[in-house]
Amino acid sequence: MTSRLEARGITLAYDQRTVVEDLDLAIPDGSFTVVVGPNACGKSTLLRGLARMIRPAAGQVLLDGAPISSYGAKEAARRLALLPQSPVAPDGITVLDLVARGRYPHQSLLRQWSRADEEAVRRAMGATGVAELAERVVGELSGGQRQRVWIAMVLAQDTPLLLLDEPTTFLDIAYQLEVLDLLADLHAGGEKTLVAVLHDLNQACRYATHLVAVRAGAVVAAGPPSEIVDAALLREVFGLVGEVVPDPQTGTPMVVPAGREARRSGTVASTSP
Amino acid sequence: MSAPAESQRCRIADTGRPEIHTVGAGPWTVRVHPRAVAVVVGLAVVAVALGAVALTLGDFPLPLSRVLATLAGSGSRVDRFVVLDLRAPRVALALVVGASLGVAGAVFQSLARNSLASPDLLGFTTGAATGALIAIVVFGAGAGGTAVGAVVGTLATALVALALLGGATGGYRLVLVGIGLNAILVAVDNYLILRSDLTVATAAQTWLVGSLTGGDRTTVAVVGTGLAVLLVPALGISRRLDLLAMGDEAAGSVGVPVASTRAVALGVGVVLVGIATAAVGPIAFVALAAPQLARRLTGTTGPGLVAAAVLGGLLLLAGDVLGQRLAAPAQFPAGTMTAAIGGLYLVWLLAREWRAGR
Ligand SMILES: Nc1ncnc2c1ncn2[C@@H]1O[C@H](COP(=O)(O)OP(=O)(O)O)[C@@H](O)[C@H]1O
Ligand SMILES: [Mg+2]
Repeated sequence: MTSRLEARGITLAYDQRTVVEDLDLAIPDGSFTVVVGPNACGKSTLLRGLARMIRPAAGQVLLDGAPISSYGAKEAARRLALLPQSPVAPDGITVLDLVARGRYPHQSLLRQWSRADEEAVRRAMGATGVAELAERVVGELSGGQRQRVWIAMVLAQDTPLLLLDEPTTFLDIAYQLEVLDLLADLHAGGEKTLVAVLHDLNQACRYATHLVAVRAGAVVAAGPPSEIVDAALLREVFGLVGEVVPDPQTGTPMVVPAGREARRSGTVASTSP
Repeated sequence: MSAPAESQRCRIADTGRPEIHTVGAGPWTVRVHPRAVAVVVGLAVVAVALGAVALTLGDFPLPLSRVLATLAGSGSRVDRFVVLDLRAPRVALALVVGASLGVAGAVFQSLARNSLASPDLLGFTTGAATGALIAIVVFGAGAGGTAVGAVVGTLATALVALALLGGATGGYRLVLVGIGLNAILVAVDNYLILRSDLTVATAAQTWLVGSLTGGDRTTVAVVGTGLAVLLVPALGISRRLDLLAMGDEAAGSVGVPVASTRAVALGVGVVLVGIATAAVGPIAFVALAAPQLARRLTGTTGPGLVAAAVLGGLLLLAGDVLGQRLAAPAQFPAGTMTAAIGGLYLVWLLAREWRAGR
């Protein structure tokens, strides 16, 4: 297994507050890696660290074998894109203008727009189905449309590595699947390595080729969902009692939490350290 | 735009309308917003016209034809003295100071992602005044020392404001920090004036209202040079400032060096405000209103530095002309006029933000 993106012993902290400590993680090339874990366990922090948004207090992130901090801002941005959890659409910006911003790392002061830019934007908007919305104002779109526009922006960036922080949160179930299907299609194209933070474990098991379970800033398990997701992992990562059965539709692991009473007695036992 | 080799439009969807305009020659292509270009040209024409009219106004009225003749090189000695030595520096000063404030306002508003984040509301202008007063009253400084004092005062206020805001740049917090800083600095200004002797106090008081009457060629040259020099880094980071509006992470992801962009923007904004304030005293609301109005007129999302500069110059010149003519022969300083007009604009802006629930 090769990894263009790799974390080696990274410690990530805000001011004095350490969230991730001495973490090792390799993102397999060509994988659809999904990061799961309870709220506030450090998933976003980890993604920020991988995408050079936070400089590690210790250790380093390697991009194509070199420390990511050794790359110029645009150079790194041509290899790796991050869609943060809550990006801001500037007031009054149109869909086309927003998507076109993804081309920034491919441009320079004297070369602000090229055929390649036009082609990439067209492709990104086509893949995400937002071409018809080109002249609409982003702020006036539905949640699902808006999310597809943001994905179009990072697609236009045309990077081999794409990191997405909770791309499906705040969407209803149909839109969630729509976005996940879109990501799966991108992944199936074979050119991209995807890393996404997802909340729904069952969706994570369906779509991930590589699952990373995080608890309290540490990787508890990593591997194909069918190999690592079981009742013990549920308990360890989420402190949840339940069983894991094959998904009737896809055969991937599916989590069925235990009933209230059983869960209570079980949880009490599992949370005492 | 002078005719470039080739002009292109990008069509993504078949809506029939071109959506991305570029002009280019050879391997170079630059994106342009046709409406923004038209607005900037239009505003510049209006500013030049108003400047010409301003040269005719005063205790010694001159018809436009004589002003133009004098500008062209002929004209009597008296005409030359009145137009070239008395009035032209004042007009030019209004334009360069207004432009400096417009650019600074655009930079700060982009930086904070907040249309209320202008140097005057945040107390930077008052800080510049306090710095200048300290230079005048405590150190007995001349023009150069006053300018240095103003820049130092702006920088110190900016740093204090940043520390108080602690990274939060939301609407009302920003305004409250500004009100607090302004109140403290005004008190310091008053104290400094009280403890100085009458001549110094009068000079300081005149300067504190923000007036263009003292403008001479040297002042114009200093402010103009400062503006020209600082516009280079400002335009250099303009695109990045535009991208920063998406949030630090989204901007960083597309390759914006967030920290260095911030630092450059802050430096450019602070020095522009410092120089402009040192030259004419505190001028209210130009920095707040010019970038906002420019953005509305051009219909673009970015910081719009050039449009903000042109509109800033135009607003201050208009304020000065109004101040001279409104109750002539009584004269209102330009700063008073912009404060009066700008106050109304601020009320409107706050009401709008309030309704939008921000
Ligand atoms: N910008 C920040 N500044 C300070 N602390 C933060 C910041 N972002 C997150 N944290 C803290 O770091 C911890 C992990 O947060 P996060 O990575 O967002 O978790 P997750 O994405 O798994 O919900 C939380 O305790 C959170 O409060
Ligand atoms: Mg998160």
